Formats: sequence, C-alpha cells, structure tokens
Amino acid sequence: MSALSIRGVRKSFGDNQILKGVSLEAAPGEFIALVGPSGCGKSTLLRILAGLETADCGEIVVAGQDISGVRAADRNIAMVFQSYALYPHLSAAQNIAVPLVMRRLTRAQRLPMLGPLIPGQRKAVAAIKRDVREMAASLKIDHLLDRKPGQMSGGQRQRVALGRAMVRRPAIFLMDEPLSNLDANLRVHARGEIVELHRRAGVPTVYVTHDQAEALSMADRVAVMIGGALLQLAPPQVIYDDPQHVEVAKFIGQPRNNLLSSQVEADAVVAFGDVRCALSDRTIATGTAVTLGIRPEFVGISATGGSGLPARVERVEFLGSEIIVYSRLEAIRETMIAKVSPAEGAGLAAGMPVRLHAAAEHLLVFATDGPRLATTPIATHVAREAAHG
Amino acid sequence: MTRNFLSLGRIARLSVLGLGALIFLAPYIFMISTAGKAQSDIFNASLSLVPQQWFYVQNFTKALSRVSMGTLLFNGVVVCLLILVIQVVIAIPCAYAMAKLRFRAARAMMVLVMLGLLVPIHATALPLYVAFDRVGGLNSYFALVAPFTISVFGIFLFLQFFRSMPDDLIHAARLDGMSEVGIIARVIVPNAWPAITAFSIFSVVAHWNDLYWPLIVVSNQAYATPPLGLLYFRAAEAGDDYGALTAATLIITFPLVAAFLLAQKRFVEGITMTGLKG
Repeated sequence: MSALSIRGVRKSFGDNQILKGVSLEAAPGEFIALVGPSGCGKSTLLRILAGLETADCGEIVVAGQDISGVRAADRNIAMVFQSYALYPHLSAAQNIAVPLVMRRLTRAQRLPMLGPLIPGQRKAVAAIKRDVREMAASLKIDHLLDRKPGQMSGGQRQRVALGRAMVRRPAIFLMDEPLSNLDANLRVHARGEIVELHRRAGVPTVYVTHDQAEALSMADRVAVMIGGALLQLAPPQVIYDDPQHVEVAKFIGQPRNNLLSSQVEADAVVAFGDVRCALSDRTIATGTAVTLGIRPEFVGISATGGSGLPARVERVEFLGSEIIVYSRLEAIRETMIAKVSPAEGAGLAAGMPVRLHAAAEHLLVFATDGPRLATTPIATHVAREAAHG
Repeated sequence: MTRNFLSLGRIARLSVLGLGALIFLAPYIFMISTAGKAQSDIFNASLSLVPQQWFYVQNFTKALSRVSMGTLLFNGVVVCLLILVIQVVIAIPCAYAMAKLRFRAARAMMVLVMLGLLVPIHATALPLYVAFDRVGGLNSYFALVAPFTISVFGIFLFLQFFRSMPDDLIHAARLDGMSEVGIIARVIVPNAWPAITAFSIFSVVAHWNDLYWPLIVVSNQAYATPPLGLLYFRAAEAGDDYGALTAATLIITFPLVAAFLLAQKRFVEGITMTGLKG
C-alpha cells in the first residue's frame, strides 16, 4: 500500500489552470522531490497536500484514508516553509513545542494560569519538554533553545523549523524549498543532513525545489512538473538518462541539453551527422519534424578533422574540472554545447573550426509535441555503408 | 565632539524646531500660567506669563472641591477602557478575517469599512440619540460606550498591519493544529502589540477628549466624562472664574500628558505605522 497517493488533482485560479490533473504515489518512507521551474504548480500541489488550498477535483489519500476534505490542523501532515515561518514571539523551544502542545493538551489544559491546575497537565507538559529537548539534541540545536528566531542565523532557524515539523512524527513530511534561503556552502551541507534525518525518521517526504541539483542528489524519486503537469516520476538516474519528455530533457541537466530540430529520414531513421538511430515506431512518416537531444557530455569535439559535423567554436568556458565549449553548427544555424575534460578541450579557442560527433545510443528523439520516441541505435559502420550506398 | 554637538546646522535646526514647539505649546503654557493667577490678575490688561500673586493652591482647591473631580476622572477611565477593550476584541478578529481568510463577503466588507471611515459621528449622532432615547438608554455608560465599540478605524489599522504578516506563519499555525481562534490568540495578538498599542493611544486620546457625544447623551452629572464635567464646571459653578477652570483643565489633561510622556516612543511609532507621517 502506498503511504500517499494523489489522484487526478486539478486546480485553477480563475481561468489560469495551475494543476492539470496530477497523480502521484509515494511508497512508505520514500523521499520524492517535486522539481520544476517557478510557476509550474509544484508549491500549489504541496499546499493542497497540506490542506492550505483546496483542489478543484481529485483526491489525496494518506495511509488508505481520503483526506481531501480534512482541515489542515487535523491532517497530521507537517511542513517546512521556505521562510521557515517560525513564531517570532516564541523561543526555539516554544516553537518546537507548539505542535505537541496543540495535540497533547486539551483546550482547558492550554489555558494560561488555569491550565496547570487541571489534572495531568504538569505530566503532559513535562513530557513535551523532554521530547523537545530530545528533538533539539538530535538536530544539535540544544544551545539555541532559549533564543528567539530573530536572534538566530538562517541555518539555525532552518533547523528549528525542521525540529518543529518532525517533533510530532507526522504521517507525511512536506518541505517547500527549505534550503533556498541558505548560502551555497550551507545548502550543500544541509542537503546531506536532511537526507540523513529523513532516513532516520522514515517518514514519506515530498520535497519541493526548483534546484535540480537538490532534487537529483536527495530524492529516491524525482517528479518533474512543468506547466501544471507531472511529466515524469522516476529515480534521479532515469530522469537524467532517459527523459520521457522534451521538457524534462530541457529542464534537467547543467549545462542544458542540446536540442536540435530535425526530420525523420527514410526508413524511420533519425540522423545527427553520420550517427543514426531507427525509430521503433516504423509508421512515422518520412519528413515528420522531431527534436533531437544530446547531453553536452556526450558531444565529442575534435580539432584535427576526421568524422563529425563541421562547426566553429564560439566560446569556451573553463570550469576547472571541465570545459564547456559552445560551437556553432553553420549548416543548421544551431549552437551546440559540449562538456569535455580539460585535456580534450586543451587548445580550443573561439573561432576555431572543429568537428562534433556523438554516439548513436546517446541520441534522444522527441516528437514535436513533447513525448519521447523510442529508438534503437544503428551501428556506425552500418550507417557509413548506408551513407556510401 | 563639541563641534558635532553645536555645529551651525544643528543650532539652526534646533531653533526652528524649538520655535515650532513653542508656538504649539503656547496655549498650554498660557493655561498653566492662568491656573496660578488670581481673578484680578487674569483680567489685567498687561499680558504676563508669571502670576503676580501665586494662586495655584487656591485655584486647585476650588477646582477639586466644586465639582466631583474624582467621579469625572473615574467615568473617563471606565468609558475609555470599556470602549478600548471592546473595540480591540471586535476589530482584531474582524481584521484578521479580512486580511487572511478568503470569503465571498470580503470585498463587500472592505467597502463597508471604507464607508464607515468616511461617515463622521456627527452625521449619525441624531438617529443614535433618538434610538438611545427610545430604549431609555440615555445617561448611562452604555450610551457613552456603545456607539464606539465597532471602530472601523481600528479594523482598518489592524487590517493593514495583518496584511504585512507573512501568510506562511498562519499556514504553519494551521498545520501545527491551531483553530482560527487559536491562531488569533496565539499568533496574531502576540505579534500585533505595536498595532494594538498604537490603536490604544488613538482610541484613548479621542474618547478621553471627546465632548460632542457625552454632551448629547449625558445630562446627569454622575455619568459626566472629564470634558463634559469641565463644561458643567464653567457654566454652573465657577461663573467666570477662569483660574479655577484652567486648574480643572490641567487636572483633566494631566493623565494624557503623563501617559504621552511615558509612552512617547510608542506614540511616535504608532503615528509612523499608520502612515500619517509625511
């Protein structure tokens, strides 16, 4: 049984369709990253999950129970906000204690002055204090417990927000870009910490981010949302190697994927220079427009001639461990990005004529409306023969 | 440091400000002076700030003995406190709902609040008077307090303040298990003290000094508020004894002056927050 399933959730604000029927299943203990450009609807989906927004239609099932109509307060879902949303008037300890106070104490027990007179209150309060201290110790923020949010750094606030969300052991854990307000060094460090906390707590987590590096590095599975639709939900490696939609191929990967417009040739073959692959669907008509994708790291450059498409180097970016080469394919007026090792890229400079080549198994072919088309690479020597014949 | 302290620009600025302050304070200074003068001294042709004979004790004794100053001050405190507490209790939930909840009537309510801000008490005074008269409610604390319990100004001020509170804070509170009432009590109010203080200052100053409405609904001295009491004082008791009158005025304005001096910083914060600054 899945821990969380979202079925056909739609949401519009006026005429603006934000979510166009999103469905998603999460296994118990799974870490799912929702990634997409800003405005793709990922935060709206998260808010619908939390109960802060209502979906126009569709259902949300947590542990076998449809919670679509349940108030946010009764959902047992915790969330870490991008702004952390800590209560500014409460100390860190009080902030972490709030969800426990609201759940474990009765209305009467929460009253100021009168509360402590009600039987059981002192014991419950002591238990809450103990749990808060344990939570703080596991997040290494015990020394901050008396401070107010205004007296803490961004990283410290982020930990307190994590503590407040985790302390009550929720059924689902939601995070809305919790690292985007941290500086770059801290962010990389915090990534590892969140993954570690998630592994220990074992609570299914939905993590919203616009940062593909976060999504790929942290999640068990990555859900790519673009324009209100969930285009692909798969483990990070599959998302990267095997994108099922041109938008996924475009969004994931740094530097971005090379996408060229091309046409289907005779016998349902798609070619990049003399590198060819055959479409599995042989009924696609010759001349149909398609989009061809090749990851920059699979584009080879040779400055000494040989096979490959002739191009001219436009710009070379040195990044230390690698070199990014932008070169212009004069024949089709497109710029190709190649990521090569410093050794391969040595001596390349703007204006130099080069030849670009790629292996057939790395060609990704997409229909013009987006979906991936299945292909089988055609071995190079066959391609050469065909070219000569 | 000396240069900094007494530079030419600073002297010029301070003199301009000092002059302005003097102009604005002149009536009050004159009042303080008059409160210490004998009757003959007040009507003396020559204008002098320093009394020829010190008559403070006599004037203050008269002011305190001729009207029940204690009752006046007590009424003032009761009326102002009742008005303030009820106003805040009504305005905060109302402003919270308008600022942070989505409901159909929100826009209509906003229009009503704006209309309420536009209509002065003077326009509604007569119908209100007739209504209080019909229910036999004149000459009571109820008549003094009721018309002001819903303060559209308060709602508007809190609305502006709550709008600037982050939505995520309220979302977090909901996820933590708070009801809407809980959010108001545990999140909104503790973070709204600057707004509440500012509003309290406006409300108390306005209603402590209000003469118009008490004059309409109160004819029994037992319910007279300080400014109204002053009026009785002048008409019935003192005749044209301006020395005693100004002494009484000083007594009545003293609580506000003291409160202002104590909470000066808050007061300025309040004014800057409501956007009344230039």
